[in-house]
Amino acid sequence: MSKIKVVHYINNFFAGIGGEERADIPPEVREEAVGPGMALDAAFGGEAEIVATVICGDTYYGENMEAAKAAILEMIKKYSPDLFVAGPAFNAGRYGVACGSVAKAVEDELGIPVVSAMYRENPGTDMYKKDIHIIETEISAADMRKAVPKLARLGLKLAKGEDVGPPEEEGYHVRGIRVNYFNEKRASERGIEMLVKKMKGEEFVTEYPMPVFDRVSPNPAVKDISKIKVAIVTSGGIVPQGNPDRIESSSATKYGIYDISAMDSLGADRFMTIHGGYDRAFVTENPNLVVPLDVMREMEKEGVIGELADYFVSTTGTGTSVGNAKGFGEDFSKKLVADGVGAVILTST
Amino acid sequence: MRLELGKIRITDVQFGEKTKVENGTLYVNKKELIDIAMEDDRILSVNVELARPGESVRIAPVKDVIEPRVKVEGSGGMFPGMISKVKTVGSGRTHALVGATVLTCGSIVGFQEGIIDMSGPAAKYTPFSETFNVCIVIEPREGLETHAYEEAARRAGLKIGAFVGEAGRDVEPDEIVVYETKPLLEQVAQYPDLPKVGYIHMLQSQGLLHDTYYYGVDAKQMVPTFMYPTEMMDGAITSGNCVAPCDKVTTFHHLNNPVIEDLYKKHGKDINFIGVILTNENVFLADKERSSDMVGKFVEFLGLDGVLITEEGYGNPDTDLMMNCKKATAAGAKVVLITDEFPGRDGKSQSLADAVPEADALVSCGQGNLIIEFPPMDKIIGTLDYIETMIGGYEGSLRPDGSIEAELQIIIASTIANGYNKLAARTY
Repeated sequence: MSKIKVVHYINNFFAGIGGEERADIPPEVREEAVGPGMALDAAFGGEAEIVATVICGDTYYGENMEAAKAAILEMIKKYSPDLFVAGPAFNAGRYGVACGSVAKAVEDELGIPVVSAMYRENPGTDMYKKDIHIIETEISAADMRKAVPKLARLGLKLAKGEDVGPPEEEGYHVRGIRVNYFNEKRASERGIEMLVKKMKGEEFVTEYPMPVFDRVSPNPAVKDISKIKVAIVTSGGIVPQGNPDRIESSSATKYGIYDISAMDSLGADRFMTIHGGYDRAFVTENPNLVVPLDVMREMEKEGVIGELADYFVSTTGTGTSVGNAKGFGEDFSKKLVADGVGAVILTST
Repeated sequence: MRLELGKIRITDVQFGEKTKVENGTLYVNKKELIDIAMEDDRILSVNVELARPGESVRIAPVKDVIEPRVKVEGSGGMFPGMISKVKTVGSGRTHALVGATVLTCGSIVGFQEGIIDMSGPAAKYTPFSETFNVCIVIEPREGLETHAYEEAARRAGLKIGAFVGEAGRDVEPDEIVVYETKPLLEQVAQYPDLPKVGYIHMLQSQGLLHDTYYYGVDAKQMVPTFMYPTEMMDGAITSGNCVAPCDKVTTFHHLNNPVIEDLYKKHGKDINFIGVILTNENVFLADKERSSDMVGKFVEFLGLDGVLITEEGYGNPDTDLMMNCKKATAAGAKVVLITDEFPGRDGKSQSLADAVPEADALVSCGQGNLIIEFPPMDKIIGTLDYIETMIGGYEGSLRPDGSIEAELQIIIASTIANGYNKLAARTY
């Protein structure tokens, strides 16, 4: 089997190109292992080799982020590596952010497994630990000897597509990703043991600390809705018959935008609901129960609202993750704003 | 209330001339079972098929699973208020065919019925890959309204479950387990030095094909109440169909509630198990407030030191779970929650739809959004026609060769939130 090809990213300092005064150098590539790359290459134990090292000054990256990122991606693409390693950055803040940012882009845009390494208080850790695996290091490069073998081991696993173990086993920062496993005891038994400890005042560890939700504070009330263009957005799963966008009946990964410009009411012959979380009988007969086009048109004629948008936005709410829901909202809100929509009626089920 | 549960271990299932248990083998007369189901004229046709552990068999869409049981001594019959007269159950002696089930499947009612694989990598997620299943494949009459179909399928399952259970009436059980809970004052006095523990059991009652029945009463029409744990072992609680398959508490799981089972194991040792507070998960806020207030009131009234709370379903009922947690804590009890998680396919979002600071002790039953692979099976019991619209399925889930890619939540009882399984989630 041929060796796993690795591209390594480091800053000018670790490449031996001066210090802070040279942190403004633009990205360059060398077709060899450089600086910490030599130890990393050795730690791969012959299974992988660094075919190229991309070097960039942290100041340059920070000040030209988008351009630098694009240039670096082009450089990496050329070598079609099986793995991309960035750092270790230890507690160097700008370097950490650059490592995380480049690594995330490589994974997202080139589809190549990536790994980095940083100290827990490096701002890059918090910014990117959900997106990529970041090996936990100590504060300074004095920890290089310990960090490199962990980086190499996890990197090889990722490149080979092997199962990655939990953070405490592999040495990466906890990413906040919920992963299944089989416990030795069933949940009811663990629950009773936890309760006995809690009642005795002994220490216990919850299996899921309560999540934090971002509360969206409402905008100020619309002053005069008779002059405002209103749109309907629903999580009730109303779609044109046949569900052209194939939106899921639960755990939606997409939303749809559907034209209603020439209609006074949502006809049951043209619309349906694909929502898996409620009995659809009534809505199947009358889709206006969820997207109240009939009433909105009357209000439009009466001048209660200024105007109704030509379309509604729809997805399935049941089981849809907060992450997906947030993504949908950020995405279609741009269109709503661009189309001059001043208020939205959200209907749920 | 004292119940002797006689466990008759079933190690094989076969068709036979007579429905009976002999040397651990359950024989079922196919025609008898079909005739029972066909008593309901809403059903067009019925077939019976057998599924054994390790076979290359996929069952879908599964509606309910019932453990065959029979009341041998004591008042009432199995599933009171549903197929037996309303009469308090939970005392005397009951025989169970452990390792066998009666399972209803066939064309879909809603989106919410699930898959069981009897072998392969997906089998480990459901307890019913390890049981000998008598599958009742039901076809409704054309045009039958979904609620009527659901009811017909539900009643057929319970009737056949009780009929097959009769086969265990005169069989000597392999094991007899005695469960006893005394009237409140006596129970408190029995172990005065042990902490008094209750179980808050939340029944799915969102309505619109998300229902549970207590002595035949639709749970959304009841106010919280208190019950002896053994009542459940005789079928006082039965499942309605159509809750997201992964966390569906089947009738089997009501008969074999793991929290009750494990609380009895610690009863008299670490805890004094007082009983079950039964509540619901209605969708209206006023109902949620009323029910959780009453749960808190029961905790205070009974003087409970600790409670476990389980829910059925996810999303909307998370609110009930949190309200119950808050109010039970305020009433003076230490609280532990047992539930499953839905953090999205990437596992990165919040696992629950609601949270309160009091919920500092939670046991995970795994996350249901994980995508898993189902290889093709030699035999399908039921139909795969609905895979892509079932909860957990999506466009492209079913491949032409019969293999499936879907979220774990498409498997019956895979992340059941009453604590029956060993599956759990942890943070990577």
